[in-house]
Amino acid sequence: MKQSFLYLLLFFAGVLLALWGLIPETLLNSDIATWVLYGLLFLVGIQIGSGRNMFAVLKRFGWKILMIPLATTAGTFGGVALMSMIIPERSLTDCLSVGAGFAYYSLSSILITEFRGTELGTVALLANIMREFSVLILAPWMVKYFGKLAPITAGGATTMDTTLPVITKYSGSDYVVIALFHGIVIDFSVPLWVSFFSSL
Amino acid sequence: MTYILLAITAGIAAGYLCRRQTIVKYTGSLLSVVIMLLLFLLGISVGSNNQVINNFTAIGLDAFILTAGGTLGSLFGAKWAYKKFFTTK
Repeated sequence: MKQSFLYLLLFFAGVLLALWGLIPETLLNSDIATWVLYGLLFLVGIQIGSGRNMFAVLKRFGWKILMIPLATTAGTFGGVALMSMIIPERSLTDCLSVGAGFAYYSLSSILITEFRGTELGTVALLANIMREFSVLILAPWMVKYFGKLAPITAGGATTMDTTLPVITKYSGSDYVVIALFHGIVIDFSVPLWVSFFSSL
Repeated sequence: MTYILLAITAGIAAGYLCRRQTIVKYTGSLLSVVIMLLLFLLGISVGSNNQVINNFTAIGLDAFILTAGGTLGSLFGAKWAYKKFFTTK
């Protein structure tokens, strides 16, 4: 939670500094961001490669646990595709790229900015922050109407960190391992889906 | 796309090979620093892009609509998965 606020603070600091014209021209026109981005993806890879073993969890719960990230992915893409019809000025692949952030707003917004420009990157940032917040605020309602897996699928890539506490509280501690596994799988899929849809 | 996949796979390989080294424990913290730097840069490009600043309300609305769709879709996914795989005991 604290980290999310720090991220937002830095983002808005950047916005304000640029608005006030306090940023040197050279920084605006450079492609530093692209190279830092590749570094970021390399680090994400290291985390996946060295992280908790997904196969151990798979053995314990069986293959049906894979159905949850699958439900998250299919449900999100379905919902976003439907919504793309009421936003005619944005293409289907634009909308799917934003949806494929699965609440991982930092990585998805940076990737989308790189592929599709600042405007869609900002949509992605806001949309995925809202998704994380919706779980933090609405988790009890989600459990009540959509069952105990609801805050997990809604939480997307954040179920291994920021939304884990509310999931534990409202779905119960039986769901912690599922949430962790789900978060790792979705986390891993975000850069792949986003770059896939953005390159279409 | 190619570079992105390359960067991730190289990372996974490096992470797997170094998984017993203590350095990998710092990946998370380093990652947060890099994310902060990139979000700051994204903020700068938003602030210096008049098109984004002038359309901020429209952008926010699009973001809200997409969030609503994606989140609701995933909630129905949860309901389906729960019914199908977690209540047959």
